[in-house]
Parts: sequence; C-alpha cells; structure tokens
Amino acid sequence: MLLIPCPWCGRRDESEFACGGEAHIARPADPDAVSDAEWADYLFMRTNPKGAHRERWVHVHGCGRWFNVARHTVTHDISAAYKVGEKPPGDAS
Amino acid sequence: MREQSHRLAEGGRIDRATPLRFTFNGRRYGGFAGDTLASALLANGVSVVGRGVKYHRPRGIFSAGSEEPNAVVQLETGAHTLANARATRVELYDGLVATSVNCWPSAEYDFAAALGLLSPLLPAGFYYKTFKWPASLWMTYEAVIRRAAGLGRAPDGPDPDRYDKINVHCDVLVVGGGPAGLAAALAAGRTGARVILADEQNEMGGALLDGHDEIDGAPAQDWTAEAAARLDAMDEVRCLPRTTVFGYYHHNFLAALERVTDHLGPQDAGVLPRQRLWRIRARKVILATGAIERPPVFAGNDRPGIMLAHAARTYVNRYAARPGRRAVLFTNNDGAYRAALDLRAADVEVAAIVDTRPEPTGDLPAEAESADIELIAGHAVVATHGRKRLSAIEVMALGDGGGQVSGEARRIPCDLLAVSGGWNPTAHLFSQSGGRLRFDATGACLVPAVAAQATRPAGAGNGTFALDGCLAEGWAAGAAAAAEVGSRARGRAAKAPGATVTPEEPPGDYGVVPAPGHPEGGPKHFVDLQNDVTAADIALAAREGYGSVEHLKRYTTLGMGTDQGKTANVAGLAILARLGGTDVAGTGHTTFRPPYTPVTFGALAGRDVGALSDAARRTPMHHWHERAGARFEDVGQWKRPWYYRHPGEDMAGAVERECLAARNTLGIMDATTLGKIDIQGPDAAELLDRVYTNAWSKLEVGRCRYSLMLGEDGMVMDDGVTARLGRHHYLMTTTTGNAARVLAWLEEWLQTEWPELRVYVASVTEQWATITLCGPNARRLLAEFTGDVDLGTQAFPFMAWRAATVGGIAARLFRVSFTGELSFEINVPARYGLGLWTAFMNAGEKYGITPLGTEAMHVLRAEKGYIIVGQETDGTVTPADLGMDWIVSSKKDFIGRRSLGRTDTARPGRKQLVGLETEDAALVLPEGAHLVENPGQEPPVPTIGHVTSSYHSANLGRSIALALVKGGRGRMGEAVHVALEGGAARAVIRDPVFFDVQGSRLHG
Ligand SMILES: [Zn+2]
Repeated sequence: MLLIPCPWCGRRDESEFACGGEAHIARPADPDAVSDAEWADYLFMRTNPKGAHRERWVHVHGCGRWFNVARHTVTHDISAAYKVGEKPPGDAS
Repeated sequence: MREQSHRLAEGGRIDRATPLRFTFNGRRYGGFAGDTLASALLANGVSVVGRGVKYHRPRGIFSAGSEEPNAVVQLETGAHTLANARATRVELYDGLVATSVNCWPSAEYDFAAALGLLSPLLPAGFYYKTFKWPASLWMTYEAVIRRAAGLGRAPDGPDPDRYDKINVHCDVLVVGGGPAGLAAALAAGRTGARVILADEQNEMGGALLDGHDEIDGAPAQDWTAEAAARLDAMDEVRCLPRTTVFGYYHHNFLAALERVTDHLGPQDAGVLPRQRLWRIRARKVILATGAIERPPVFAGNDRPGIMLAHAARTYVNRYAARPGRRAVLFTNNDGAYRAALDLRAADVEVAAIVDTRPEPTGDLPAEAESADIELIAGHAVVATHGRKRLSAIEVMALGDGGGQVSGEARRIPCDLLAVSGGWNPTAHLFSQSGGRLRFDATGACLVPAVAAQATRPAGAGNGTFALDGCLAEGWAAGAAAAAEVGSRARGRAAKAPGATVTPEEPPGDYGVVPAPGHPEGGPKHFVDLQNDVTAADIALAAREGYGSVEHLKRYTTLGMGTDQGKTANVAGLAILARLGGTDVAGTGHTTFRPPYTPVTFGALAGRDVGALSDAARRTPMHHWHERAGARFEDVGQWKRPWYYRHPGEDMAGAVERECLAARNTLGIMDATTLGKIDIQGPDAAELLDRVYTNAWSKLEVGRCRYSLMLGEDGMVMDDGVTARLGRHHYLMTTTTGNAARVLAWLEEWLQTEWPELRVYVASVTEQWATITLCGPNARRLLAEFTGDVDLGTQAFPFMAWRAATVGGIAARLFRVSFTGELSFEINVPARYGLGLWTAFMNAGEKYGITPLGTEAMHVLRAEKGYIIVGQETDGTVTPADLGMDWIVSSKKDFIGRRSLGRTDTARPGRKQLVGLETEDAALVLPEGAHLVENPGQEPPVPTIGHVTSSYHSANLGRSIALALVKGGRGRMGEAVHVALEGGAARAVIRDPVFFDVQGSRLHG
C-alpha cells in the first residue's frame, strides 16, 4: 500500500485515494479541429512506462482534491506530489 | 489415554506440571503445556499424520516449523474448524481435537493409497493433459479427483469468533525474534526509537530455543529471557509473539497476523479476539527471518520417520520428545552433526552418519567420531524401507563427482532418518518487498542482494548462518536503522552480544541424490512433499518444454501447496538448473507472494462482516414501508421498497395492484433516494452546458429540464431532471445508484479541466425527503395540502417547479414524471418526510392512495418507453441508439459530443432501442435474452440484439419488452425470434412507447 503525500493533507494510505490514470493529457481546445485519430488518441491511448510516470490521484476519503503524483512505476518511489495547474518539478517547459 | 512412549524423562521447555489431553484422528493422547501438536504426537510415537495428495502414501512429521509440508491437519470441528493448520505451529491446549486431511477412511488405512499403484498414470502435467478438452472427460474425473485431492474442509457455519484489525506506525519493525532480531531490537530500542518486534513463535528466541548455544558466556536461553525482559521494559518497544508478518507491500507497509487466543482453543465469549491483523507502516524494516533447512532429494525420501535434522534436534531439546529410537543422519554439511550429537545425548541410538562429502574434516565431524558415531563419508542414502514407519535405509558409495552410486548397498536398520541439505535463508519478505536475491554458490542458496525499500536483512535470513555473525549483524542493523530515523542512544555505550561458535566447513553439493537404475523409473525422489512432485516430474516438464521456472511451477504444481514449497522450491530449481546445464543463478526463481503462511479470511475481514460489511442507507419513511409490508431491494447502498405485499398476495399480484392504482387513481412513492446535487455560482449554467447534452442558458427560473450526461466516449452515463432554482442556482437529480459517481464526475472536471468556472457543487440527497404523487387524483390530493400556489396546468405546467407550503412545511414542488401520469415530486426537509407521507396516506384514503414500489415504477416507465440508465444502457449506448437525438444540442460543445461523430459511433447497424411485442401475450421474456433472425440455422446463430426490460403490464393486459436491436428502428413490424431455453419465441418489433403515445396524461 502506497503512502501518498496529498498536497493538502499530508501523507496518507493509498486506500484513501483513487487513481485517475495518466496526468497532463490535455483535452483538445477545439474538439472539432482534431481528426478522429487524434481524438481517439486523447480518449483512449495512455503511456505505460516502466519508470518515471505522472499520474492523477484524488483524495476521495479525505479532502476530495485532485492532484498529480510523480511516481516510478517499478520502485514506486514518489518523487513529487503537486497541485492541479502546477508544473511537475523538474519540468522546464 | 496411554503413556507418552517417546517422551524424555527430563529437559525441554515443556511444563510437566501442566498435562494436557488432546484427540487426533479420534484417539486420545496426552501432552504438556509448551508442546506443539506435532511434538505431542511424536512424544506419543505417532508416525503417520497424513497422506500424500497424489499417491496417498503415508507421511510423517517432517519439520518443526512453518515450513511443514506433511503434518497439515484439520483443527477442531463445526463452525470453529480450521483447515490446513500446520501441526508444527499449533500450540497444544487442553481438549484440542485434530484430524488428518486428505485421508479416507483414515491416515493409517487409506483407501486411495491404491492410487499409488497407478502412479505411472499420474505424471506431471496430468491435470493439463487430461482435463483441458473435451469438457466431458473433466466432468468424469472431477468428482473422483476432488474427493481424493482436497486438503481440508470449510467450516459448516458462520465463523463464531471475533477478529480485530489495528493500524500502527513505528520507526523500526524487526521481523523475527531469534538472535539477530533480538540484537536488532535491543540496539534500536535502547535509543528510544519506536520499535515493534514480531515473531511467529509463542516466545522470543527463534532457533536459540532449539539448541544449547552460549551468548556472552551464558546459556543462550538465559540471554534470550533477559533480552525479552529488557525489551518489555522499554516504553517504546512492543514485542508481539505469536505474530507472523506475512506480507511486505509498498512503501514499507507490512501486514502481520497475531494469533491472540488460538493457543487457548475455541473461546465462547472471551474479551479478546481470536486473531488480530496488524497493518504496520514502518520507517525502517529489519528482516531477521532466519533460515529453513532443506532436505536432500533421494529415493524414497517421503517415508514417515524421515525428518529434517534440525527438527529432530528441536524435538529432543526443546520438547523432550524422541522422534525415533534408532537414528541415522544423512547430511552434506557440518551443522547437521549437532543433531546427531543431541539425539545421542537424548538416548537415541545413532547408528551412523552418512555424509555425501568424501572427506568431512570439520570440528563437528571430528566431535562425532570421537563420540564413537560411525561416519560413512562419500556415501548416500539410495533406498528406504518400511510401510507406515521407516524400518531401514540402504546406502551406497558416491562416485563421478556425486553423479552416480556404485558398489554394494549396505542396509542399516533405523526408525529415524534425520536429513539435511543445508539451509535456505527465509527471503520471502525481502523478495516480496521488491528486493533482488542472488544465488550464493557456496551455500547453494538464494540470498538477499539488493533491497528495494528501507529494508535490512540480518542474520541467517541474510545468509549469515553462524550465531556470532547473527548477533553482530542484527545489532548493527538495529543501531543503523535507529540512527537513520534520528534516534540516538544516550548514556554509556553498549556492546553487541557475542558468541563463540564452532567453525564449519562448506557444505557439499545440493541436488538430486542418485539411486541405482534408471533415475525416472525407480523409486520416487520427492521434491515437493505436499503436492507430491518428484524429480522425475521436473525432468518430464523440462523435456516437454516447461523449462522456465514459472512454467515449471504451474505445470508440475511445485511449490503451489499451502506450504508454498518452503522445503521444495530451491531443490526444484537446482534440479531444473542441472537439467539445463546451468545453476540457480541461471534459472532464476519464482515470485514470492504474500502471505508467507496462510491467513484466515476472518482476520482479513475483521469486524467488517454481517451488518457491518457495508453501510445501509434508509430514507426517513423506511419504518413506515416496513410496517406496510414492503419487500426491499438494494439500489446502491439504499434500501428501496420493491413492492408492498398485502396479505394473500404474491409479488405479481402486488405489482399489478400498484400499477393499476397509479394509472386509475393515485399512487405515492418514496423517491428520496434519487441523487440531488445543489449547483451554485455565476457559471452554473455554463457547467450544465458542458456536462449535459442539451442547452441550459435559456432555461427560466421555475422550470426544469430532462437531460442526458455522456462520458467523453459519447456513451450515456446518467440521466435526470435539473431545475433552475434561481439566477445562479440549480438542483440536479441523478439516478439513485449514480449519485456519488456524478458528483465525483462534476468535481473532477471542475478541478482538473475547468478550474476557471465559478461554481460549487454539493450533494443534498440526504437533506431532502422526496414524495411522488402520481395519477389522475394527484393534483386533487396535493391541493388539499397547499394554498399558496396554483396547481392548475396553465399556472404550473409540466416540467415546472414551485416553492410552496405543503401541509405547513416549506417545500419544493416539481411537476415531473417518470410514470407518464400527472405527477408531482414534493421535496421537504428530510425530518418532515415521514410526517408528510403519513398525512398524504390518511388524506388520500378516499382516492385509494397506493404506495408504489420500484417494481411498479419500472413497469409504468417501460409502458412509456422511458429508459433506465444501466438497464437500457450498458456503457456502449449513445443517445442516437436510444432514439434520443432530440435531446442532443448541435449548437454547443459538451462532454462526449465529439465522440458521437466517430466512425464507429455514427455507423449504421448499431443496436437501437425498440419495443417488443411477443406473439404469446402471456409470455414475459427473460431480460438479457438474445434475439435471432433464424433460430433454425446451424449454430453458431448470430445475435441481433437483446432484451433490456421485460414485464407483464396490467394496464395493457399483456407482456411488454424493450430491446436493443441492430438497426432496430428500420425493422418496425418485423418478426424476430427470442432464443429461450428449450426453443425460441416469436415477437414483433415495435415502437418502444406502449401507452399514451400522445402524452395527454402527462400534461393533463
Ligand atoms: Zn487530501
């Protein structure tokens, strides 16, 4: 069971949270401007990395907030947890 | 009760002043406090404790610990019973009752042992090969095999015991209370760190309890007692005996099972729970888990009387029980010589020591020789004799680097063969934590190599087998872990405990011990005693291509028993490696998975059973419904009245009466459970525009609108009516089962995609009680209760809402309908719900007011062709599929809109919602039944759709059904066939609206 550092509440057991999958997937600003294939990519396709990953979590049985977590999928090391709208640490873009 | 024939007159850690009685396989025996069931059985000379699972050969006690493969028993009877208890870990208590598993009619006279004669027919992969196909063969064999192959029986009633769970945090968790663990706990504890020390045995000490080592110049068992006492005296140290840490999960989260009162036997009404599940989050973990001795794999190695050398030593030293009268030791290492010496000290005749090494030159072999024990070096056991008990062994000289035996076989009579092939560090938890193991060629064992978490292995569990090393490593680990969490000892420096040990030579080769003749045709070399997997099985699997360790395991079932192959796995790997010309470093090992030892379901469930297993939500009118004869159905966590049964009625009669009343006079329904979400803020309408399919900005205050909510994939997710309460204030309703999901959905989008929207959403489901009045007399009854609002259809039209006083209570009235009748939903603060409901019932008597359950509501809505999300939809259905394009705006974007234009979503031939009219008006189709065009064609017959809703309609005097049918709206009037058990029924496709097509009742 992961120990997840909620940016609002601090570290809590994984069982208080739900995972919302990969983070930083932007919804196309104008859905009509993208092709079916691009739309399908947004809808269905997710990376499945062995290593560093950024994912969305929500503190369901806590503050109810969504936030992002940078987690290594092999070691489960959580290098950062940051609020929605914040840039992932180490991301210069 | 007979005399304990194999009990030593003195010694051991048993309490001879506390005699205990117990029953095994129907016979009564005696033992003492401090015994395990296994030691007590041995003290009574019981040799056969079970039967092998496949060949049903007699089996005896093999070990003295958690690794026991043979002595697996059914403990107690009835609801208290526990299957698959290891007799070696069952503490004896007075009145204990145990039976062997896997034997019929008894362990000693087993009918299925005849199967042993058929053993050539039961090779590895037998299950794969025989039972794959065709299914009929499996049916034939299944009953026979299941009866013969089962291990243990389930309880015959609900578990009468209580179980607790506890969550704890600590600085340092030390797993294992042997020398390394005790030293670690002492070193960490003296710094003031919060320490938990858990050990699976009834007292701390680990292997120190089995021998007669010395620590710091004193008997090790005195040191142990003193160490335990010192730890008990430390405020921040918690010692947990009888506690098995069975799982090591992410981020140093570990689970442990404490057997709180198991050692007292079934307790009727004790204050303490039977077991307690510890959920431990540790900053640092020290794994002092010890090691498990492993057996050499030789011909006939499964006979009762053959036992691990350390176990034999443990039984005489710790339990004062003699596992035999004339012993032979078969070993490849020095350490096991201690067993021979201790057995002899306990007046067991030691006939010989057979060592596979050509020239054992260590101190312990020398000690044995000087004690006049015959040492037969460079030899191996090649055969064993005796049916229910070992009577003799045969030994031959080893040649060809251990690969062959030759010369004359020498027969040695004995009733105990103590065996040792060296030791395996208990690396289960280390491996579970993600740590990597390496193969140590010297010890021929897997050793912790690279930790994945804040984990320190120490002592024998780390491959450091000698006592002095265990103490030093444990002490260092404890001190380092404490320092890492910032805890430092004050006061004078302390020294690690020390010990003087006899040096040992490296062990000999480990693998299969050859026997004369063809290696696969001769006597069986058992690798996995619990699952009856032999060396020949492994060779066969490798030949048939199951050469990877994970395949081998599944093909042969090696290591898949309740003991998880603790004495078998490394032997199996060594054999597989040799066949492939490599070593265990080359083959790798199978994944270690929790739990380390079996855990009861009761402990995992804890108190979350029965009424506490899930919350039940009840409306304020619940008790009224109960008194009115309601039968309830679960909708999510809600209890909803399903139908109200009057005396002498069956369900069909009740539903029919309710449906007729709703259409002919007046129905009343408790709709409190509908999800209600309060939405406020300047951007509330914008939010609704984005999550619903239709447009909201133009909806006036005082009006309501029905809508669909889609997933981003364009599929219908929920539906409901939303009312505009004020300029920036809306009330959304959701289906009962989806309320939490819809609220979470809105929150997710607001927080993650649209944080700029100024709007708040909150659940108000439980703040309001909702009563629906429906039917031709609904307005008349409501008018009696309210004077401040005009209920006329001009002033208060369909899909409007009004604030009103109803029966003196401030209420919200919604003119909406799910039944197709004139209908009002009255929302009052929850605490008034029951009062208003009762008042309606009293005043409505003159109209024959009739409470409606959910079943009647479902029939009534189906008569109108109204969908239920989750019944007509299943996550693959679009608004167009439902014929509800009219509700989908083309002038704005909303969640899911873009997906409606995807090629698959827009393609022709999708399943569409239609009505079905069966040819036989009395036939109510089963929901889920498939529709086919031609039931007479050769199978497989393609399906063209399925029935989603189906009822008898009292108002129409016939059955009705809704269905999703490929291209359904283009098939109006077509006949289709509904596939049913034992044939097909004809039905005609029609419009889904069966009743009041014009909607005049709704608007009346
Ligand atoms: Zn939180």
